[in-house]
Amino acid sequence: MVPVLLIGIPLLAGLIGFSLKDVAAKSWALFASLLTLGVSLVGICLPKDSRQLLFNEPWMGSLNSHFAISLDGTGQILCLLTAIAFPLIFISTWKEEYKKAHNFFGLMLLSQAGLLGVFLATDALLFYFFWELALIPVYFLASQWGGEKRIAATFKFFIYTFLGSLMMLIGIIYIYFHTRDHSFALSAFYEAHLLISTETQAWLFWFIFIAFAVKMPIFPFHTWQPDTYEQSPTAVTMVLSGLMVKMGVFGLLRWLAPVLPMGTYLWGDTVSMMCIIGMIYASLIAMRQDDLKRMVAYSSIAHIGLICLAVFATTELSIQGVMIQMFNHGINIIGLWIVVFLIEKQFNTRKISELGGLASKAPVLTAMLVIIALANIALPLTNAFIGEFLMFSGIYSSKATVYNVVFTVTAAMTIILSAVYMLNMVQRAFYGPTNALTEKGVDIRMNEKFVLGIIVALIIVVGVYPEPLFRLTQDSVNAVLSKMYVKP
Amino acid sequence: MSNYVYLVPLFPLIGFLINGLFRKSIPKSLSGLIGTAMILASFIVSAGIFFQVKQEGFQPVTITLFQFIHAGNLTIPFSFLVDPLSTLFLLIITGVGFLIHLYSIGYMKEENAPDYSKYFCFLNLFVFFMLLLVLGSNYVILFIGWEGVGLCSYLLIGYWFKNIDYDNAAKKAFIMNRIGDVGFLIAIFAIIYKFNSVSFDTVFQAAPSATTGFLTAITLLLFLGATGKSAQIPLYTWLPDAMAGPTPVSALIHAATMVTAGIYMIARSHVLYNLAPISQTVVAITGLATIILAALIAVKQNDIKKVLAYSTVSQLGYMFLGLGVGAYSEAVFHVLTHAFFKALLFLCAGSVIHAMSGEQDIRSMGGLKKYLPITHITFLMGCLAISGIPPFSGFFSKDEILTAAYGKNPVYFIIGVAGAMITAFYMFRLYATTFLGNFRGTDKQQHHLHESPSTMTIPLVVLAILAVVGGFLGVPELFAKNSNLLSHFLSPVLGGGEGSEEIPASTEWMLMGVSTILALSMVLYALSRFSKKPELGEPVGFAKWMADKFYVDELYDTLIVKPLNALADFFYQIIEKKLIDGLVNGTGRLVQYSSRQLRYLQSGQVGGYVLLMVIGTVLLFVVQLFLRK
Repeated sequence: MVPVLLIGIPLLAGLIGFSLKDVAAKSWALFASLLTLGVSLVGICLPKDSRQLLFNEPWMGSLNSHFAISLDGTGQILCLLTAIAFPLIFISTWKEEYKKAHNFFGLMLLSQAGLLGVFLATDALLFYFFWELALIPVYFLASQWGGEKRIAATFKFFIYTFLGSLMMLIGIIYIYFHTRDHSFALSAFYEAHLLISTETQAWLFWFIFIAFAVKMPIFPFHTWQPDTYEQSPTAVTMVLSGLMVKMGVFGLLRWLAPVLPMGTYLWGDTVSMMCIIGMIYASLIAMRQDDLKRMVAYSSIAHIGLICLAVFATTELSIQGVMIQMFNHGINIIGLWIVVFLIEKQFNTRKISELGGLASKAPVLTAMLVIIALANIALPLTNAFIGEFLMFSGIYSSKATVYNVVFTVTAAMTIILSAVYMLNMVQRAFYGPTNALTEKGVDIRMNEKFVLGIIVALIIVVGVYPEPLFRLTQDSVNAVLSKMYVKP
Repeated sequence: MSNYVYLVPLFPLIGFLINGLFRKSIPKSLSGLIGTAMILASFIVSAGIFFQVKQEGFQPVTITLFQFIHAGNLTIPFSFLVDPLSTLFLLIITGVGFLIHLYSIGYMKEENAPDYSKYFCFLNLFVFFMLLLVLGSNYVILFIGWEGVGLCSYLLIGYWFKNIDYDNAAKKAFIMNRIGDVGFLIAIFAIIYKFNSVSFDTVFQAAPSATTGFLTAITLLLFLGATGKSAQIPLYTWLPDAMAGPTPVSALIHAATMVTAGIYMIARSHVLYNLAPISQTVVAITGLATIILAALIAVKQNDIKKVLAYSTVSQLGYMFLGLGVGAYSEAVFHVLTHAFFKALLFLCAGSVIHAMSGEQDIRSMGGLKKYLPITHITFLMGCLAISGIPPFSGFFSKDEILTAAYGKNPVYFIIGVAGAMITAFYMFRLYATTFLGNFRGTDKQQHHLHESPSTMTIPLVVLAILAVVGGFLGVPELFAKNSNLLSHFLSPVLGGGEGSEEIPASTEWMLMGVSTILALSMVLYALSRFSKKPELGEPVGFAKWMADKFYVDELYDTLIVKPLNALADFFYQIIEKKLIDGLVNGTGRLVQYSSRQLRYLQSGQVGGYVLLMVIGTVLLFVVQLFLRK
């Protein structure tokens, strides 16, 4: 029942939202998202083998596709992230006024339903359906409520994701025809590799990988991302970067690495190199950005590159790190976007060079930002340290590649670079003397303190005591790892 | 008592939270008091632990608070290790820390209320992380403290954040430390890979089974971490800039405690270093090079804090020399005496700066002896201690390191003594130009000159006493049997001082005599040269190189910073915008173009459709024909 509610509540609420008045829609969306959070928390409290976590009904009978959804460890942690994120997004952007707000919030809720569906589906066709369901509302949100260059940006976004999705569909259908009983079920997909030759897996890998690579994004499939982040309304950017990015990582963990273990193994080094190039490349570019949104966007590319690299390292430590880091990255980047949003709202600019001296005008905002920035550079006792530490340890001890040490050392350079661009940003926007623009700056309000306070609390609690997250995801780590392939 | 060790870091953490969360509502007088009282409480607990650890037959205790990380079969507990080494550092950190907090109450009193709380909040947080660093029973907890103190150093260097130069100094400190930290981290990854544990006892027990090559690699990586935190070549350039922070911060973080973290870490890992002789040599030579380089630069600096900063870099070099020649407890001894005399010197400098209304240039000072009598006497004690004049504390610790170095290689000794001579010279140049001769500042400054309040002078007196007598904790065995209390105390962790026993007593006396006479002569030379006529001219030739710090900052800028920025620009402007984006947009335009072309097909004119239909039919007909064959 839990997974049905998780998808059903935002879906229904979204559809109802379209018919509401603009004023009511905002409260309605917040209410629905809090309800979803409640259900998600109930799901976590249930025992892992509870029947309440499963749902399976025939869907498209002629294709042997089922409406099969279930909530396992990986799903739990990502559903929790999604469920936490939406109320935070709604509260933090509460002051933002949208034209046709009912449509805006309706679409937001629809994309939440799609996201949760992606994390829950155990049927490939259903997974594809939700994948698109999550995407299409975001496309409209960005193109209707975005910045000046929104059309060009969303067009690029669309081209990338559309091509990716299309290839994934082809890949899924190919695998479908090679399952034993022509089924879309995840379990059938997990056995399909026995019937698909290594040579076939080698090319089939790319059909599915590109869809995920675009979504994460992995170099060189990433150039849609800074433009789209920059042009979308901040609430949408939060969804895109905090949550949609995880669709790609999640896809790797559930629908690619275990389904095509040989393909994944064969291309491990290639993808790892793409990740590392992307990490360094994006970190360097982040150093030279003046627009806050673009800087955060490139920093995210670097961080996601590490997560992808860790998946291909195929070790217990690295995959455990990925699980934790998917959650942490979502929390931290949403925190950063909230700060960016608050700055833009107050000063009408995102240019770092036009800001300065905010620390003397807004000490609370500064303190919050500094903590979030430190989490972003994975300082110990923040959440990201746990994830990055495990991922790096796992990459170092990887047996999936002979270049494990080289990969670790080159990827570790971004630990330095991230400090460079984050501290540059903190210094230039928040420290130094105030200027004419920031002279009239004021500190943040109560609701904003509340939201940032929750994020900071999550950062520190997970950073000091990550044990609950380990317990939640441990079984999934082993399950994924048991299906992946490493040359003995 | 050692079961309550968690109280030691807990008190500063509470102080941090109180001052951090209520910084607006808390009255100014209270926030300084809370901050200081918390460190005093930690010191009392530490002293209790010390008396327990000191007893014969004490076994190291590990206190586990909770499981920090566990993944697969790797478990990393959040646990503390109480043994003589960590206990000694507890005493240094909380003891010197308490005095510096006390001093800060007076020194920072001009600050307005929320900033004043912020200062004590950060200072408490620093002590918390520093205590974690020395208490951690595994490399990960050590690393938490390690990066934590780096963070506090960043926050405190940039305490006056409105000044861009200070912010740059703070950022530079953090980033240079991060470079070292990456080395440290990679070493931890390798340790996990090899030993599947990060606990000191497990790793050290298993270490002999690893190959020398592997141990050399990880010890060198750990050392890279140490060069960042402890300001050695090649990562030392942040420390002089870090003097932008308030002077008590320089005393606590950038002299007495944080910068010795690298020495602590290597002393803690001495089992690994003993198995990796190449790394030991690298440590020793890096230490020696740093001693000389920093000392030469210090000779030509005119900022009172900069001189002290370079002398810190140089003194840390001695400690690394000690570590490199296997004289671990001697190196730790120097950490202890250095904490006393260097904290003292910095606090005296603070007192001088305070009296001079913020002036730091020694060219505008002179003759302060009669205005600041307590500061003058205590500063002189500190100078004698650092110059290695018997029986001041620095003499004993430096001498023991130099003797051990002689045992390893006489050349080490000669270079070390040369460094000591330069040290004596620049310290007494500093002393003479500041306190002797005539006052060279403005009349306004002269009018304002005054001795500091008692919250500032009391710590000076206490530290001065420690700087004078602290050396008797480690009197060489040469003078009396079993007189080296410190070495005896540390021997369960670091082993006895086997190194020095190889040298015959007569040689040792001679070495001691030579270094003392040379240092003393440099003191007298500097005094006679600078007390009457301080040099004020522009340096030329080699002196100019020394004054300009051998252009190392400029070198790094040209070799690393600028090329990296250029590469970043190339990536962004050329590859990102032109190449990748160009390709994607090209594809996009192609799609748009072709769809525009295809649109002509649906023009709505019946004639066009008919034409197309005919063409289509004909085509199909032709295809059909060919397929028939």
